[in-house]
Amino acid sequence: MLEKLKQLIAFYEEVLEMPHRTEIARELRDEDDLFLLMLYSEMIGIPNPVYYYTLELYPYMIERFHDWHLRMGMEKSPMTGIRCC
Amino acid sequence: MEAIALAAVGIFIFILGYRFYSKFVAEKIFRLDPNYVTPAHRFKDGVDFVPTNKFVLWGHHFTSVAGAAPILGPAIAVYWGWLPAVLWVVLGTVFAAGVHDFGTLVLSVRNKGQSVGTLAHRLIGQRGKILFLFIILILVLMVNAVFAWVIANLFISYPASVIPVFIQIPLAIWIGHAVYKRNKKMLVPSLLALATMYIVAVIASKVDFLQIDLVQYMGGEGGAGLFGLGAISTAFFIWIVVLMVYVYIASTLPVWKLLQPRDFINSHQLVVGLAILYVGLIFTRPEITAPMTNPSADQSWFPLLFITIACGAISGFHGLVSSGTTSKQLDKETDARFVGYLGAVGEGVLALISIIAVITLFPSVEEFRATYSSFTASNGAGLGAFIEGATNLATGLLIPADVASTIVSIIVVSFAATTLDTSVRLMRYIISELGVEYKIPSLEKKHVATTIAVGASAALVLIPEGPNGFGSGGYLLWPLFGTANQLLAGISLLLISIWLRKLGRNYMVTIIPMIFLMFMTLWAMFEQVFTEWAWYADGSNMLLFVFGAIIFVFTLWIILTAVQALLKKTDPDFSGDE
Repeated sequence: MLEKLKQLIAFYEEVLEMPHRTEIARELRDEDDLFLLMLYSEMIGIPNPVYYYTLELYPYMIERFHDWHLRMGMEKSPMTGIRCC
Repeated sequence: MEAIALAAVGIFIFILGYRFYSKFVAEKIFRLDPNYVTPAHRFKDGVDFVPTNKFVLWGHHFTSVAGAAPILGPAIAVYWGWLPAVLWVVLGTVFAAGVHDFGTLVLSVRNKGQSVGTLAHRLIGQRGKILFLFIILILVLMVNAVFAWVIANLFISYPASVIPVFIQIPLAIWIGHAVYKRNKKMLVPSLLALATMYIVAVIASKVDFLQIDLVQYMGGEGGAGLFGLGAISTAFFIWIVVLMVYVYIASTLPVWKLLQPRDFINSHQLVVGLAILYVGLIFTRPEITAPMTNPSADQSWFPLLFITIACGAISGFHGLVSSGTTSKQLDKETDARFVGYLGAVGEGVLALISIIAVITLFPSVEEFRATYSSFTASNGAGLGAFIEGATNLATGLLIPADVASTIVSIIVVSFAATTLDTSVRLMRYIISELGVEYKIPSLEKKHVATTIAVGASAALVLIPEGPNGFGSGGYLLWPLFGTANQLLAGISLLLISIWLRKLGRNYMVTIIPMIFLMFMTLWAMFEQVFTEWAWYADGSNMLLFVFGAIIFVFTLWIILTAVQALLKKTDPDFSGDE
């Protein structure tokens, strides 16, 4: 009985948290996108003195890179070196 | 006849509808495939596209679509007796709303999770998109005006509800802060907020000076107000101004600050409200005192009933939610039946209890007839009757009547306020989009768009004067709201039909409700526009005439497009994936 009640509360809480989870994820994604944009700002013509070093992060970012450039409104990969699509 | 029997029959038919009809539609028409890769999996991004458990998704879908509209419409429509209202709610939910909500969900899932708006664009082209935007614009404008009117009137009739409703605002901001900035769980804070509101409601019901009764401050109903208006008209005007200032601020804030936390509290209120009403029904076991039919109605139920009850029987707004957010989170395609169809049933259950609350309220048929004396009178009296009726049911749970009526009015106001907030926001987005479409960059600015949205809504709610002076005519807009909503549902049903036809399936399950709905809407609109509101008629009202005529033309346009699109052999752009 107590177990069932706990399940019910957990279910109810999940229903409530659904839109909240989306909102948090969206904020997080926006921040990540901004971070990536700052790292690779050279691509859109903003000089970035540490570009050489940020390039080293590339292997770690490559999987998310495709989603990112799509979200940033670039249909094809903006870098010739990276052919994700 | 005992009301509980009526509720039981209604719910039994809902169960049959779900068990058999929705199963038939799912297996034979939509042919749901458990192995189909839904957009939630295909485009999984952890933000919009997230596979979600079907029970959780249903809960979220239901709380998004249920609001004040399925309460208000049925409470007005009992004017024609309870039988037509109950039949339309029950059969409408089973054969129209269920299929519509379920269908838009499946259609969207099979088309990359796109919304009905985008699908209309692909089907009818650019014209379709603009047409769609205008219909939603009219719908949200009506929603704004009607719900602002509802709230202002409830504040005047139930002054004890004012402080608890306003307390919800700082409480919601506090929850938003706790949840988003401090990363706290939201269940406990939102329950605490709800408890605070209800405690304040209990105190305000008992302590006179906590009741913000503007009419009393101006010397009662006969008192003189500002600008030469009467006390009630002035109070109405003040509340509308306050509300418009509130929605301006609320709809320009980020959603997490106010709108979402309010929704958390309102989800509890929906559960509390439904529980109070249904449990109260079981304990009080009231008799139905209202007449079954009304042979001496001054306006025929046919076809007006079908636009008076929109939400609760079928509502185009659900299609926006189904195809907007729900379709992106559906885990398995076969879950669509549970989430979509039962989402509509949930709203049907709410509409059913709204009817029952009103038809058990009056001690005798004569008293019912005295309040519901004409269709116009019912439009004005419906909501008040619902609150009194719900209070009656709540007293079965030993809640004192004054406290119960305050709490019920708070629930209705909260629903209406959230709807108002959302729809002003939506209106702002649409105005901006029209700005992009017609290359008027200033419309894209947040504050310009919001000012237009709020200004137009305020103008609409303040203009139509009713029989009881300034501010009493807002309900005249109700049929227009119903029509716009049905129109939207009609478009969605049309889209599903075209899609089904393309796949070579039997599309009768969607085309029949669509034809029925369009026919009724057109007829009702024709009657209202050309025999009631036109300049040569008795109740002439140019504003309503213009709005009605616009909607009338849109309806005709959609029907023509429908015939055209259905007759077209191939739509290369609109296949969906098999």
